[in-house]
Amino acid sequence: MTMEEVDSGRDAMEIDGCEPEGQEKMRENAVPDGFNANYLKVYYGKLFPHSDLFKWMSYGNDGKHPACDQSYIGRREFSFTLADDIYLRFQSFNSVHEMENSIKEKCPFKIDIGPVYSVDPTKRHAYAQSGDNVFTPVERELVFDIDITDYDDVRYCCSGADVCLDCWPLMTVAIKVIDTALRDDFGFNHILWVYSGRRGVHCWVCDGRARRLSNEQRAAIADYFRVYKGNENSQKKVSLVGPALHPFLVRSYTEVLKDFFEEKLLPGQKLFSTEERYKKILEIIPDESITSELRGKWQENRRSSISKEDINAIRWEQLKHILQSGKQKAQGLRRCVEEIVFSYTYPRLDMEVSKHMNHLLKAPFCVHPKTGRVCVPIDPKSCEEFDPTSVPTLSKLLEELNMGGFRADADDEWERTSLGKSVKFFRLSFLQPLLKSCKEEIESAYNAKLQLSKNSLSW
Amino acid sequence: MEIIRSQRRPSKVDDVVSTLPLYRSAPPLQVRLEDFELFAIDRLRVLKGISDGLSRGKKPDEMEKLVIDLWKANMRHPQASEFVNKDIISHFVLRLVYCRTEDLRKWFLSMETALFRHRFRLETPEAQRVLLSEFDHPYKAVSHAEFESVKEKLGQVARSIGQSLPSADAIYFKVPFEEVPELVAGRRVFLQKGHAYVAMNQVVSLVVTQFRSHLSKALVLTNRKWTSTIREQEKERLTPIVEALSTSYLGPDYSQPREFVEISIKDIDQVANSSFPLCMRHLFEKLREDHHLKHGGRMQLGLFLKGVGLKLDDALAFWKAEFSQKVGSERFDKEYAYSIRHNYGKEGKRTDYTPYSCQKIISSTPGVGDHHGCPYRHFSEENLRAALGKMGVGNRAMEDVMDKVRNRHYQLACTLTFEAVHGTSCDAGINHPNQYFSDSQKILHPKVDPAR
Repeated sequence: MTMEEVDSGRDAMEIDGCEPEGQEKMRENAVPDGFNANYLKVYYGKLFPHSDLFKWMSYGNDGKHPACDQSYIGRREFSFTLADDIYLRFQSFNSVHEMENSIKEKCPFKIDIGPVYSVDPTKRHAYAQSGDNVFTPVERELVFDIDITDYDDVRYCCSGADVCLDCWPLMTVAIKVIDTALRDDFGFNHILWVYSGRRGVHCWVCDGRARRLSNEQRAAIADYFRVYKGNENSQKKVSLVGPALHPFLVRSYTEVLKDFFEEKLLPGQKLFSTEERYKKILEIIPDESITSELRGKWQENRRSSISKEDINAIRWEQLKHILQSGKQKAQGLRRCVEEIVFSYTYPRLDMEVSKHMNHLLKAPFCVHPKTGRVCVPIDPKSCEEFDPTSVPTLSKLLEELNMGGFRADADDEWERTSLGKSVKFFRLSFLQPLLKSCKEEIESAYNAKLQLSKNSLSW
Repeated sequence: MEIIRSQRRPSKVDDVVSTLPLYRSAPPLQVRLEDFELFAIDRLRVLKGISDGLSRGKKPDEMEKLVIDLWKANMRHPQASEFVNKDIISHFVLRLVYCRTEDLRKWFLSMETALFRHRFRLETPEAQRVLLSEFDHPYKAVSHAEFESVKEKLGQVARSIGQSLPSADAIYFKVPFEEVPELVAGRRVFLQKGHAYVAMNQVVSLVVTQFRSHLSKALVLTNRKWTSTIREQEKERLTPIVEALSTSYLGPDYSQPREFVEISIKDIDQVANSSFPLCMRHLFEKLREDHHLKHGGRMQLGLFLKGVGLKLDDALAFWKAEFSQKVGSERFDKEYAYSIRHNYGKEGKRTDYTPYSCQKIISSTPGVGDHHGCPYRHFSEENLRAALGKMGVGNRAMEDVMDKVRNRHYQLACTLTFEAVHGTSCDAGINHPNQYFSDSQKILHPKVDPAR
C-alpha cells in the first residue's frame, strides 16, 4: 500500500542546540511514510488507547457497583478487517485484556464498532431468529457520517478523496449545525466527533437515551436533519417552502450558514467567477426573467475592468438585491436566497448510516490505511481550528516514539507524541463526563428499584 | 375481564362519546361462526381498500374520504347497536388471521394504523381528548407560562407547515421527542432539550404511535397463543377459516415469478428496452453506463430482476460482468456477490426478499449518486420528458403524463406511459414494477409457455 509523500517537516528541528547532530538524529529516527502491519504492531503496542476505548464501551458497567450489568460489554460487537481484506465480524470481549490482546495479536487494519446485542454475539447461532430468545441489537450509539465527496458538486478546489483547507470548512460547518441541534433540540450531552482519517467526520451520540433509540426514531432524527434531497437528475435539490422556516433551520442559517457562505465559501470557491459556476446557482431560481437579467449583466461584465472588490461578492449582492427587492411579490423568490445558501453549505448526511442499529462504524483512534492518519477526536467548540492536513500520521508517531528513546514502562507512551493531545481531550472532555453520568444513571436506577421493592414489602 | 363499555370512560355528557375502540382486550362476547367469518371479510375489504389507496399514492385528504366511504360501505350492521361489536369482533378475528408471519403482521399493522389514524382525525376535539386520556401515558398540557416562553418559536413552526399562528389559549402537549417520530421527521414540531411541543391537531401522531406499538406487541402475543394452543384446538372449526382468509386477500407479491418468462442474460437488453418500467430502465441504463450502482439501486433493480425470472447464477454473471469493469472481478466476488446471494435467500437468515412495490419505491429517497426511487417523482420535468421520449411516448400522451406528475399521481403517470408505449389500455393501473413487466410481456408475447 503506497502513500503520497508527506512532508514531515525535516527542516526545523533543533536538538540540544546542535544542528548537524540533530539532523543526523532525525535521519536515524526517520520513519518512511506508510501503512503496514509492522507499523501497526508498534501502534497497537504502544499508542492505541485500549483501556479508554474499553471504558467507553463499558458505559460504567465495570463491576464496581452491585447494579452493574456484567454481561454488557461482552454483548458489544466489534469487527476487525485484517490484511488482505479478511473480515472478522461478531468479535466480543469480556475484559480489557482480552480486547487488547486480540487487537495486538490480530493487528487489524480497521476496527469497527457495532451494536450491543441481546446476547453475546459469538453465541448468536444458539438463538432463534424470531420469537422470544432472539439475537438482536438492543443498544447502539446514535451515529452520523459526513463525507466531503458528497459535496463534490459545490467544491472546485478538490474532488473525490482529496481534501484541502479551502473545502474542509464545509465539514466544520456541518459539525456546528448538527452539534448545536443535537444539544439544544434533542437534549443530548455526550457527543463525540471524530475525524474519519481522510475526507470526513463521524459523530457518536452516547447518551443512554440515544443508545436506546429504535430504528424508527433514528430515521426520524435523520429526516429532521435532512434538507438536501437531490442527485444529478433532480433540478432543485433544496426546497424550503412555507411562509416561515422551522426554528432549527433559522438558527442554522443565521448562526452558521449565512456568514460561512458569504465570507468563506463564496470567495474561497469563487462561486460566481465563471459561467459554468454561476449557471449552477441560477438554476436554483425558478424565474426566467430574473435569471436572464442576471446572466446578461454578468456576461458583459466579464470584459470590464477588474474592480478592487471581489467579483463573487459583487455578483452575490446583485442576485440578493433582485430577489429580495420590494418588487418581488412571490414568496418563493425571496426564499431562493436561503435555498442557495442551504444548497451549498447545509450538512449532507449519509442517511443509511444513522437509520439502522446494526450499522458498523469505524472506531476512533484507528489509522486510515490510505492516508496513514489517525482518526482523532475533534472538539466541536473549536472545530474551525481543526486542520486535517496536520493530523498525526502513523509514521510520524513512530518517529516521535523513536526520538524519545527506549522506555521500559510502556504505559503512557502516547503522552510524549502528538497523539497525547487527542487522548487527553478524549478523556477529559468526553469520557470522564460520560462515565460520571453513567454511574449516576446506574445508581439511581438501582435506588429506584430498591425503593420499589421496599414499598412492596411494606405491610 | 372488561366489558366493552369500559373501553370508554362513562361520561356524563352524551355527545362526548367516542365510538372508536382502542382494541385493548378481546371482548367476551358470543360470536356466531358465520359472523366470525363475515365480519372479518367486511373489515378486510376496508383494509384492502386502504392498501390500494395508499399504493395509488392518494393524498391524506383523499385517503380520509376513502376511509369514510369504505367504512360506511362495509361495516354496517342491521342493528345499529351492533356497530361497535362488529368493529371490535372483526378486528380481533383479523388479528388471528394476520399474526402468523412477519409479513402478514407488518401489513395488518400498517393498515389498521392507517385506519385508526383517519378515524381518529374524524372525531371531535373533545372526543379526541377523551381518547387521549385512555392511553397508558396520559399527556399533560403545557402550562400557560411555559407556552408564553416558547410562543414565538411555536408560531414559526406553525407557519412553516402552512398553519395559522397559535392563539393565546392554544393547547400544546410537551412530550419526549421519541414519542412523535413522524412529527420530528417532518420538522412539524418545535424541539427543545429533547421535548417536542405537540399541537392539539397533531395529537393524532402521538396517539397513532401508541396505537401501533400496542398492536404490534399484541400481534406477537397472539401469534404465540395461536401456535401453542388455538390452532390445534380449533382445527375443525376456526383454523380453516382463519387460514383461508389471509391467502385470499393479499395481492401477488412477485417473489415467485408465476408465469415463467425466464429471461437470460443475452435477452436482457432487449427486454429492458421493451418491457421495463421507467424506474428500472433508468437503473439498468445507469448500470450499463457507469458499471456501478449504489446500494439502493442494487436492491431495487436486483430484486426486480429476480421477480422477472432471472436465476441466481445468471444474476451473478450479469452483475459481475458490469461491476468488474469498474471494480475488478475479485472485488466483485468479495464485496458484492454476497449481497446478491442474500437477496435470493441463500445467505444469512435466508429471507427470500420480495421485489419492491410502487408504494415502497415512491416513498424511498434517493440521495447524491443514487438512481433508485420513482423517476416520476424525482426527475425534473426536463429529464423526465427526455426519458419518456426515449421510450417512445408521443407528444399528446407526454402532456397527459406530465399532468399526472404535477398532481403527484406517480403511478397513474406510469400507467399512462405503459398505455402509450404498448398502445393498449391498462385498467388495473400499475402498482408494482413486476406487474408492468409481466403485463408488457403478455402483450408482446401473447403465447407464453409456462416453463414449469
